Order: sequence, then C-alpha cells, then structure tokens
Amino acid sequence: MSDAGFDEWLHAFVADDGYYLACENGHGHLPPRRVCPDCGSTEFAEESLPETGTVAAVTTVHVPAPSFEADAPYDTVVADFGAVRLTGVVDAEPGTVEIGDAVEPSVGASETTGDDVLVLRPV
Amino acid sequence: MNGVRVAGVGLTHFGSHPERTGRDLFAEAALNARDDAGVPLDDVEQLNVGNFAGSLLEGQGHTAPLLAEAAGLDCPATRYEEACASAGVAVREAVRAVRSGEADVVLAGGMERMTNNDTPETTEALAIAADELFEIRAGVTFPGAYALMATAYAEAFDVDEETLKTDLANVASKNHDNALPNEYAQYQREISVEQALDAPPVAEPLGLFDCCPVTDGASAVVLVSEEYAADHDLSADVAVVGTGQGTDRMALQDREYLARTPAADDAAAMAYDDAGIDAADVDVAEVHDCFTIAEVLAIESLGFYEPGEGLGAARRGETRADGELPVNLSGGLKAKGHPVGATGGSQIAEMTRLLRGDHPNSDEVPDAEVGVTHNAGGTVASAVVHVLEVAE
Repeated sequence: MSDAGFDEWLHAFVADDGYYLACENGHGHLPPRRVCPDCGSTEFAEESLPETGTVAAVTTVHVPAPSFEADAPYDTVVADFGAVRLTGVVDAEPGTVEIGDAVEPSVGASETTGDDVLVLRPV
Repeated sequence: MNGVRVAGVGLTHFGSHPERTGRDLFAEAALNARDDAGVPLDDVEQLNVGNFAGSLLEGQGHTAPLLAEAAGLDCPATRYEEACASAGVAVREAVRAVRSGEADVVLAGGMERMTNNDTPETTEALAIAADELFEIRAGVTFPGAYALMATAYAEAFDVDEETLKTDLANVASKNHDNALPNEYAQYQREISVEQALDAPPVAEPLGLFDCCPVTDGASAVVLVSEEYAADHDLSADVAVVGTGQGTDRMALQDREYLARTPAADDAAAMAYDDAGIDAADVDVAEVHDCFTIAEVLAIESLGFYEPGEGLGAARRGETRADGELPVNLSGGLKAKGHPVGATGGSQIAEMTRLLRGDHPNSDEVPDAEVGVTHNAGGTVASAVVHVLEVAE
C-alpha cells in the first residue's frame, strides 16, 4: 500500500533531497498537506530541509510494538530542523544520543518488518 | 440552560478480567449506576458510550447499540472515540444534551476490554492514538511518546535526570497509596519510591511503575436535569457545572510545545469559565496520569502550578491525600487502572463519590466543594475537563 505525498517525501531522503512544505506565510509542514493549520493558506512550495537537525527529545524504547520487536532497544528522537521537526529512529548505540546533538536524516529499514523507516544519524 | 446533576454512578472492578466481554462489563457498570441513581432504565433518553479500540482488541465495532442492548436501554445510542478521552467526550456531550433540554436523563460512560490480548498486541493497539505516518512508523510507542515529553520537560525546565526520575516515582507511589482503600482499584498495594526507581525500563526515562497498567473495566454515570431530579425527589447533590474540551496537533513533532499540553490548558480555561471558577477554587482533582509525567503536565495545564513547577508536587506532599490539593485520590490511572474507553467516566464517578462523601478517601477532603476531572487522549491531542460542585 502506498501513501501518496508521504512516500515521496520519505524517499527523497535517499537522494539527500529532504524537503518540507512551506506555506505562503512561511509555516513549515510535512506532506500530505492541503491547508496550513497555522494560517489557512492553501499555497505550498517545497523547501529544502537543512542537512542536520538538533535533537529536542529522546527516549530509549525497551518495550516495542510488534512491528519493531527485533529492533528494540532503540532510540527514538524528535529533532528540530527549523521550520519543522522530524521524528525518527536513531542509527547509533541506544542511550548514546542526547538532547542538543546534531542528527542527519536518511531512510533505513525496520529489522523486524523490513519496512522503510525515517532514520536520524548522529553527525 | 438546564442545570445538570449526577444522579448516580456505577463502576466495575478495574483489573485483569480477560474472560469478561465488553458488553458484560458495561452492563454491570450501567446497572450499578441505575441502582445508585434510583432512575428506571425506561427513563434514559440517550446513551453516550466511550470505547477506544474495541475494533482491534475485541474484534467488535458498532459498539453503541450492542452496549445499549446489554444495559437494557431502548434509546438513541452513540459511541464516542477520542482515544483515552473517549468517555470524557461522551460525558461532555451528555452534559450538553441535558443542558439544551433535549434530554432529561442521559446515561454516559465507557468500556474497554484489554487483557484478552497479550502485551505486544495491546501496545500496538494503543499506539494508534499517535500519528500513524510520522510517529508509529518511527517506532513511537505510547510510553515512548510520553518519555519524549518527559525528556523535553527536563530540558525545558533544567531538571537533572535523577530529580526527574525521583519526582516521577513520587507520583507513582502517591497514587498507589491512594488506591489502597479503593475497592474498584486494580492495584490496592503500596509501592515505594525506591521500588519505582528500580523497576525495569519501558521507554527511558520511564520505567514500569511510571506506566499505568493494562485494564479491563467499565464506567457509567446517570446525568439528569435539575428539574428531573426535583420532580423525582432524587438525592443528586453533585452538579456538573463546567465542561471544556481542547485539541492540539496530533503528532508531538508538530506541536508548539513538547513539554506542555495546550489542549488541556484550553479545556480547563473553557470549563472554568463555564463554571465561573478559577484554579484556586479547586479542592480536589482527578487527572489523566496514564504515565507519571502526564500527571505533572495535567496539574500545570489545570493552573495549579506554573509550567515547570508541577514536577515536585507529589514529592513535596502538596498533591498527596493530606496535601493542599489532593490529586488522584482514586489511585488514578496509575493504580486504579486505565480501561482506556472507560476512564473519563470513571473520573466523574470517583469525583462524585469523593464529593458526596461515600468514597473510601472522602475523609481526606471532608470540606471539598469543587472537584475537577482531566481526561486526555493520545499525547493530549485531545483533552476534556469537567468541573463538579456540591450543589447548594
């Protein structure tokens, strides 16, 4: 099953072409998005994401959902990329990434399902 | 606008009852509420029932007619789904129905059957309250999401890890203490702060005792108009005088704040304004402590503490049973249990018992006149707040 808008957005990270959608008033969002929930604008343009973001929150997950069973323990972080934040699984030893660390996005695969996962790698 | 009274409340035991069907759980709660209210089922004009994940956990959708039938009701019935705030929304819409004059008697509550599944399945089912594309696919579990909020809180308010964990362990220990005398509670046993700190990690910094359990249970409340209560000579001394609801962005990453819950700020402001009170008027509160950090965020959103100052409230004793403002005298979700779709109704039932004086912990708040309930969905993308008062 495909998810139009989201799939293209995720796969853009494979080619290091990560982007977000900026409305005409500069509010950042992730696709699919038709209306800006900040201002109601319906005009969006793709803008390049910064190459790195900053970790804003982190957890080490020990009790996963079945779809991440073989991946645990793993770190999940929310990272700040300026106009948007991204949530991803960390490609590093669990428990080693900290708030304030720089991370870069890419696409990895769940060890459990093989599904594509947004990965954030410390740099 | 018609005034709303709580004519009666009913609960099942909250706990592990894997063999009991959702319909059986709800029927018990509804009949208990009927008996407590002294209102015949024939007089019930509307059923509002909360249920979150019955489609996944019990393979059962279209819940409302099933539960109406199980409870012996013949009236319009609607299921409300707002994750863990499902029953809170069901109660809120019942309040609005009575206020508008559309109905004089509404039965509201909720049900969740959970322990018939194993933990991984339940974890997966609960996770659907998060954003599927941007959170679930990034490995975010429900405890994981609250753990992210906990670390963001520590960062925002410059709290070291040891203080964070110790203060959260105090929340858990407090709520277990409160559950001791509650016959409906899943865990009528003490845990020490040290035990909580030593528990295995679930999603760091949260450990096992920072997390509410998986629970089967149901709740029901009979809400009536003041006129109906007077005409039928009901003993209905607790009134619902304020209701409010708030909504935030679904995914944490899209929120203005990672360490605050504005949906609950909004719900509280709306409910307080509706009731004509402010935070200082509140004598007792039942809040949505699905995780210990959630209680901290709740008491800040309810205006009892400034952001960043609620963390140490349990450790300082302020929110304990003998404190200035007791929080979760029922035991909370943490120790009383959290049958997701029932919780919002259970909070109304417990607050009613506390204010009426027939709760085992009523003696802790003998002069309480104003109680607040706070019910949250997901990572507080939804929040419902109610204000209950002892009627004149």
